[in-house]
Amino acid sequence: MYDVAIIGAGVIGSAIARELSKYQASICVIEREEDVCNGTSKANSAIIHAGFDAKPGTLKAKLNVHGNEMMDKLSEDLDIPFKRNGSLVVCTKDQDRDGLMKLLEKGIANGVPDLKILERDELMQMEPNLSDDVECALYAPTGGIVCPFNMTIAFAENACDNGVSFFLNTEVLNIKKDDDHFCLETLHTDTKESEVFEAKIVINAAGVHSDEMNNMVSEHKLHITARRGEYFLLDKDAGSYVSCTVFQLPSKMGKGVLVSPTIHGNLLVGPTAEDVDSKDALNTTLDGLDSLGRTAALSVKNVPLRQVITSFAGLRAHEASDDFIIGEAEDVSGFINAAGIESPGLTSAPAIGEMVAGQVKEMLALMEKENFISTRKGVLHADTLSLEERNQLIKEHPEYGNIICRCEMISEGEILDAIHRPLGARSLDGVKRRTRAGMGRCQAGFCSPRTMEILQRELPMTMFDITKNGVGSNIVIGTNKEMR
Amino acid sequence: MKNYDIVIVGGGPAGLAAAVSARDHGTDSILIIERDKELGGILNQCIHNGFGLHTFKEELTGPEYASRFIDQVLDRGIEYKLNTMVMDISTMEGSSDKKVTAMNRTDGMFEIQAKAVILAMGCRERSRGALNIPGYRPAGIFSAGTAQRLVNMEGYMPGREVVILGSGDIGLIMARRMTLEGAKVKVVAELMPYSGGLKRNIVQCLDDFDIPLKLSHTVIDIEGKERVEAVTIAEVGPDRKPIPGTEERYTCDTLLLSCGLIPENELSKSVGVEINPVTSGPVVNDSLETSIDGVFACGNVLHVHDLVDYVSQEAITAGKNAAAYVKNGAAADAKAVEILPVDGVRYTVPKFIRPTEMDDNLTVRFRVGDVYKNCAIATYFNDTLISKRKRPVMAPGEMEQVILSKSKLNEFPDLEKITIRIEQA
Repeated sequence: MYDVAIIGAGVIGSAIARELSKYQASICVIEREEDVCNGTSKANSAIIHAGFDAKPGTLKAKLNVHGNEMMDKLSEDLDIPFKRNGSLVVCTKDQDRDGLMKLLEKGIANGVPDLKILERDELMQMEPNLSDDVECALYAPTGGIVCPFNMTIAFAENACDNGVSFFLNTEVLNIKKDDDHFCLETLHTDTKESEVFEAKIVINAAGVHSDEMNNMVSEHKLHITARRGEYFLLDKDAGSYVSCTVFQLPSKMGKGVLVSPTIHGNLLVGPTAEDVDSKDALNTTLDGLDSLGRTAALSVKNVPLRQVITSFAGLRAHEASDDFIIGEAEDVSGFINAAGIESPGLTSAPAIGEMVAGQVKEMLALMEKENFISTRKGVLHADTLSLEERNQLIKEHPEYGNIICRCEMISEGEILDAIHRPLGARSLDGVKRRTRAGMGRCQAGFCSPRTMEILQRELPMTMFDITKNGVGSNIVIGTNKEMR
Repeated sequence: MKNYDIVIVGGGPAGLAAAVSARDHGTDSILIIERDKELGGILNQCIHNGFGLHTFKEELTGPEYASRFIDQVLDRGIEYKLNTMVMDISTMEGSSDKKVTAMNRTDGMFEIQAKAVILAMGCRERSRGALNIPGYRPAGIFSAGTAQRLVNMEGYMPGREVVILGSGDIGLIMARRMTLEGAKVKVVAELMPYSGGLKRNIVQCLDDFDIPLKLSHTVIDIEGKERVEAVTIAEVGPDRKPIPGTEERYTCDTLLLSCGLIPENELSKSVGVEINPVTSGPVVNDSLETSIDGVFACGNVLHVHDLVDYVSQEAITAGKNAAAYVKNGAAADAKAVEILPVDGVRYTVPKFIRPTEMDDNLTVRFRVGDVYKNCAIATYFNDTLISKRKRPVMAPGEMEQVILSKSKLNEFPDLEKITIRIEQA
């Protein structure tokens, strides 16, 4: 019997797990995918929002601003790539300036620091590629960009280091309340075996599926709509096209799209917003991708879309009530929801972790651990070292001298690190999200066979077991002669 | 810091031929840096025949063709480093030499001072992402060259039922290769109204195996959450947009992409070489020297070739001129005349010619932007027609050439432009 079972190893489940691992408690995280950070957490705008967007007084507003404040220390403690590049919400001459002023007022009410309105002349000094129609903008210097993979993985690894058990490839099929504890009936998606987990407290961080989890035990039904967002990611050559994250003022035309540098130096354009019927509808569409360029042009001119290196889609978990749903279900004691976490969910994750862990601490009267490990080091990127340090590293570990991914210049040493750390990579995408190998301009064309070789050498798997991203996504299906 | 007269970045067909040529033209101190575990480059995975008809007057496989040049490199005792990645090329303060930073397992990160550098890094394939193909992102989508490596070098089959987008040569070759290994290639779809590959590959790799080629078609959807399950293709109009109602769905587990090659010029850009946006390769003069003195380029990093024989010829020119640069230093400023590609000619390599410095005869290579039947390639010096050569068929998939003679050029002392265009025959 676990004290706490967390459903979902996205950024929310992982942040909660990390906060809870500060206490003396037995904790497990149950995740249906083969890796942490495999749902909404891996496909979003990768923005640490300043917090001017949400309605004052809502959880979204409160947790956004607090989550933002927590990022500097977290980034240092957990080695999460993060930068406060500043956010701009631009207003064009066809738009109502009042809208921008209202946003400013909301931001002030939410406690966002240092907000100001900038006029065109000053804006153009900062961002020369803004569209000709931009007249003014709301500037929020605390807005930032983050690596969402690293953020989630950092929480999960640190939780793991502090004794939290992770069960991957494990899908929760049913939840039953049994007097003073819960029984979670699960299926291991790889072995097809069933297993029942027992826990005193269940935390629902199942993302777009969090309504299903809640509705298994509570009569207070939730309804999550998957709201798809499609994105373009551009080559690093285009990465400095803007320096701030450029948002558009919501208008009759819709919420608009953002144009932003990523923490790794690419340029991101998106997202679209479209409610979809399926919670697996991670496909991009002809219309969606087509619209991105047109919409982006409203705020940034001549975005070099010829330099797109990939496109992707993510699903926001939109709940009908339009706010985060965090806390114990009214009619099920011990069942805590962290549901309906859409934007600004990534930013709010650290604060949500703190809030939920605080509730659990009260409920179980948890004591703090004496030996909590508060820091974690990410995959060592050799290009951050001086020449001397790097050569010393290569002398001790020659794999760091062997470049596998030529686009991102990722060495075998970094890939080995990603495989052999806690909750290590087991698939091509797992390696990619931890190291960036395969995330560059050739999109793994050259390095994927080499990364596969390393995975099969280092792990108890053959080339046929290696997947792109978990069960069923195998890369090769046989040897040449077998096929004949 | 170690010193070499010439550092060659890349040990594929271009780098090998350039090294041999530079040595034969008098440069002793040469280093080839190759990132892979053996010399030969992409030729090593091209196990089909058809290489070397021009160079050796016989049909060789890719590895055989490469080995002819590797043998020449070894015979001459030219130095090379394998498993070594060039990380950066930069100019040096107070010297016209270049600094090449490279890394491998045994030497770590190290710097080399080179009098001249020959860029021969080759190209990469355009990825699914760069093509903006909508749909899911499951396993089973490969660029044709990645599939070629898996099948030919590693012995693994990427799939059983295959759709191919793009009719580039690697895609055509892989259609045949996968078929021979027991896979079913259902269709090759090509966005353009013409093939991007060589005519002989269409005949030998598709027609001979009854694989349909659908011109003016593209992929508009990919299904399958884990592994590809189906692909939908549709006909496109003259604007290359899909025509509603023309959709056809193919069940398959694999989508191969052969939609164009992109010269890999990240290193070239790091040293400041000017890039031609049409070729995505360096702008070069008749010496195949880039906008940076002492930096030369050849092979697919310069522009994407159809035949490796032309890569070798071009590399021999680059090697010879790099050797001359090492011996004589930078050429004196000489008048450079621009070649203007117009009316169907997309670009030329080289882009500039120095009539006083050039060889007696210079091969100018280019591609056309459309299919032309019964037309002619016309060359003008200023506004004077110099030559007009009839061509029954020209297509974007095959390179064309014009040979310019120094003596003729020097009959035009006030030459300001050279124009190459496609005209009615």
